[in-house]
Amino acid sequence: MTRNSDILRNIDGLTILLFLMLACLGWVNLISAATGPDGAVEWGLNTLHGKQGLWLVVSLVLGFLILQIEGTFFIRTAWLNYAFTLLLCALVLVVGRKVGGARSWFGVGGFGIQPSEFAKMGAALALAWFCSKEGGLHAFGQRIRAAIIVGIPAGLILLQPDAGTVLVFLGFVFAMYREGLSGAVLIVGFAAVVMAVLTILSGAGNLTYPLIGEANGIFRFWLMFVATATASVLLLRNATLPRYRGRITTRAIASALAALIFSIGMHLALEEVLRPHQRERIQVLFGLEVDNPDADYNIRHAKTAIGSGGWTGMGWRNGPMTGYGFVPEQETDFIFCTWAEEWGLFGAVFFLILFSSFILRILFIAERQRSQFTRVYAYGVGGILFMHMLINVGMVLGLAPVIGIPLPFMSYGGSSFMAFALMIAILLRLDAERFSVLR
Amino acid sequence: MDVRFRTVVLLVLFFTVAFTLRLISLQILQPEWKEKAVSLTSDRQSIPPSRGLLFARKGELLVGSRAAHDLVVLPRQLPETDSLALSQTAQWAGMTVEDLVAALDKAKRYSRYKMSTVKRGIDVEEHARMAATIHLHPGFSFRTRPVRNHLHGVAGHLIGEYAEASPKDLEIDPFYRLGDRIGRSGLERVYELELRGVKGRESVLVDARNRVRNTTLQEGDDRPAEAGKDLHLTIDLPLQQLAERLMQQKKGSVVAIEPHSGEVLALVSAPGFDPDILVGPNRGSYYNSLASDPDKPLFNRAVKATYRPGSIWKMVQGLIALDEGHIQPSSRFLCDRNIIGCHGPHRWDDLRLAVIHSCNPYFYRVMKRMVNAGEGESRFEQDAAGLDHWRNRVSAFGFGTRLGGRLPGTSTGNIPDSKYYDGIYGRHRWDFGTIYSIAIGEGELLTTPLQMANLAATLANRGWYRTPHFIRSVGEDGKPPGLGVQMDTGVDSVHFEPIIRAMQQVVENPSGTGRRARIRGIEVCGKTGTVQDEPRKDHSVFIAFAPKDDPRIAISVYVENSGFGGEWAAPIAALLIEQYLEGEVDNDRRLQRILDADLSNPYAEEATPVSAEPNAP
Repeated sequence: MTRNSDILRNIDGLTILLFLMLACLGWVNLISAATGPDGAVEWGLNTLHGKQGLWLVVSLVLGFLILQIEGTFFIRTAWLNYAFTLLLCALVLVVGRKVGGARSWFGVGGFGIQPSEFAKMGAALALAWFCSKEGGLHAFGQRIRAAIIVGIPAGLILLQPDAGTVLVFLGFVFAMYREGLSGAVLIVGFAAVVMAVLTILSGAGNLTYPLIGEANGIFRFWLMFVATATASVLLLRNATLPRYRGRITTRAIASALAALIFSIGMHLALEEVLRPHQRERIQVLFGLEVDNPDADYNIRHAKTAIGSGGWTGMGWRNGPMTGYGFVPEQETDFIFCTWAEEWGLFGAVFFLILFSSFILRILFIAERQRSQFTRVYAYGVGGILFMHMLINVGMVLGLAPVIGIPLPFMSYGGSSFMAFALMIAILLRLDAERFSVLR
Repeated sequence: MDVRFRTVVLLVLFFTVAFTLRLISLQILQPEWKEKAVSLTSDRQSIPPSRGLLFARKGELLVGSRAAHDLVVLPRQLPETDSLALSQTAQWAGMTVEDLVAALDKAKRYSRYKMSTVKRGIDVEEHARMAATIHLHPGFSFRTRPVRNHLHGVAGHLIGEYAEASPKDLEIDPFYRLGDRIGRSGLERVYELELRGVKGRESVLVDARNRVRNTTLQEGDDRPAEAGKDLHLTIDLPLQQLAERLMQQKKGSVVAIEPHSGEVLALVSAPGFDPDILVGPNRGSYYNSLASDPDKPLFNRAVKATYRPGSIWKMVQGLIALDEGHIQPSSRFLCDRNIIGCHGPHRWDDLRLAVIHSCNPYFYRVMKRMVNAGEGESRFEQDAAGLDHWRNRVSAFGFGTRLGGRLPGTSTGNIPDSKYYDGIYGRHRWDFGTIYSIAIGEGELLTTPLQMANLAATLANRGWYRTPHFIRSVGEDGKPPGLGVQMDTGVDSVHFEPIIRAMQQVVENPSGTGRRARIRGIEVCGKTGTVQDEPRKDHSVFIAFAPKDDPRIAISVYVENSGFGGEWAAPIAALLIEQYLEGEVDNDRRLQRILDADLSNPYAEEATPVSAEPNAP
């Protein structure tokens, strides 16, 4: 057995650097979001940034302690961890504090603990344990059991109800895909989501067409889709070897037709089947303007705040849209607005690059493992982070429905930050032991 | 490298690029978001200019400015309240729940998105108390506005009211926004354009509750407000103060004029009011009590009320008759008391004595000569022509005109002409015998206290006057054009001597009707008048000027339903002349007698024994 200090020497410095950068950036931004533009910054544990600072310190200390624990401990206790987080998720349904309609908090004095944040870690460990035991997800039964492992905590969280966090659990699909889930599932699912979003967005309003006059915007989308698909098919024909050409062309045409039919069907369903108020609810989910001026208040103001950032932004603690309360929940779910308004395009893109680099680094770490457990676990962590970014940033940019989930490292929330810190710490320890793992 | 790893990496990169493109689109390519943010977070505020101040003759500040706070509400921001919260808010605002609910309902009806006033004129202590806990009452805020501060509480009628602009004002002039103030009456109204200044504009940052958070924003068309111009009044503050004190518990008016300039030194209408209460938080109840008072304290008697002038009119008659050549100073008429009564022991007066004794038959004769002198084919036409000629001569004294007055509601009085009597009796249906009571300042003749004071000034100047006015300077611009225009009565100054000598004796002579106006060391020329007002007591009238040879003050005093002219009006005039010329009042007994007198009840038993004949001069 290698000595502990030798193992710690193998800890991935780049991950720690990216993690600390995100944590600092998030905290600095939270100070601005919590204090607003006027007056000096107040300190103390009754302020949001003060509380978050305490959580940061506690999380870092806990993370440091976890780095001292052998990786086999986490592998052996994976089920225990999973069971414990499930118990917490069940318990919170009974004794939890109701905040904003959802029973998802344990109140501890002035602080609240959200077990669903820790459930992600439990599920990631359990899924990793299961996959490494089974050696992959190749058989149908394996896939079903893996889905159940992820599904139980997701189901408990849905009961709170907290749909946002449930969606985050879709991040485990990436881990499952890596371990053998068919890529078709991923592609079809992804394509379906993209087609659905584009259909809803284009079908919401009318356009003035040449010759025809005013008609629904969906027709332009369909025309453009057919044109793009035709061009793609023709390009594909030229780019592929003649012996594959027939088969690939057929499949491409079939997929494009299927996508078009899906879009038409969805549009008809929206227009004909749904009642107006149901349709409106979906349109509001997508940040579209509807007749009720207050219906899309949140997303309109979020986009306004981001759009007013320009190239370089208004400066720290100087964004009036976020600082003066026009953007709702700007310390939590809409925190990205504060950042984008005050640091502009440069800052916002910098954050995106930083965050996706962090995800990619985790995926890279995953790929260098000999231990399947660590690889699945890393994919689970990366997938969850990716889903958070996808849903949260997509929401504030008006590309995804308004679903309230935090943006890791940025949003105010101790449980969220601590859960991610612990997850990363466990990953770092497992990764540091990669040379001592035989198989 | 694993193909599935590559797929996942590509997915991450795809969304990173997609989000970046979306950010570029929102932040760079679509400037409308920036504009929208600016329109949401910045508010164009108009900066109210500070209104010009009012100064008295010697530079004393008459009307200043102080801050008043109004409690306003933005209905959109009101939370759904239960009755407990409502009663807490009512208690906080110092209102009853019913009043608060009514005010909030009114605000909601007006606009959910605009501020409405809930309570106005909150004083400093209450404002401090409420401001400490205003965060507990969302939707409410304070609006601070400058209000007029009447430092001495005098000359309320002249200065007038500065009050909220009416919907009609808002329509006529876009300068005014809802809740703005406008000069409603008096000088505040006449000089509104000069006083109000020019509004400024600034852009400020507001938060989601529409509260101003930052005023350092600079926009292109920001500009500071330009203060209004100050008004320098002709009013002599000590004189005005004393006049108002003397007229307490009395009805009537005092007007004092500097004869050579036409500047009004004091203008009092009694009963009056305290203009400072009218701008304060108790405005509503105070205004209602004033408006419902049968003595009409809001009515500016000095320029609006019209009275029969009584015996002071006889001097006008004498002067015109002399100038027309109908009489000489030595002309005597028998005091026969056939047609018209008289008083006092005299039988054969010349002009001077007739003025001193206020001989009614004398001036009946004088007027008869003037009216009969008209050209015409019949007695009726002769008298009509004579009357019209007489009216022209009288008008040159300013009677029947506004005297160039700009105060809203200034009366002309009434000097009847032939058309007037044709309207009453019919053409050729009246002659001198019908209308003779105007000969002695009674009948259809109506004059204002301002015109009476102007007569005193004309007598002091021996034949001319400058139109009375109230402004010495607007800002640094000096006297506005059209004020103090010199007017000539057309009566030769030599004719004034016998009249003025008579006026002197009215005061100086121990048995003169105006002996109560005597001041040691000052030659006062005056004339009493006693105007019947059956069944109430007579009006007491006195006009005077002093000193005789270098007149510096001319004055008219009119005390309604108080007694004969020498009894009340003469001593009041004397006290004021003394105050103005000597700078103080020496005659404490006279002062105390006036201050103690309560003459506000027209039916009262006589307050002090009448020392002269009833219905006298």
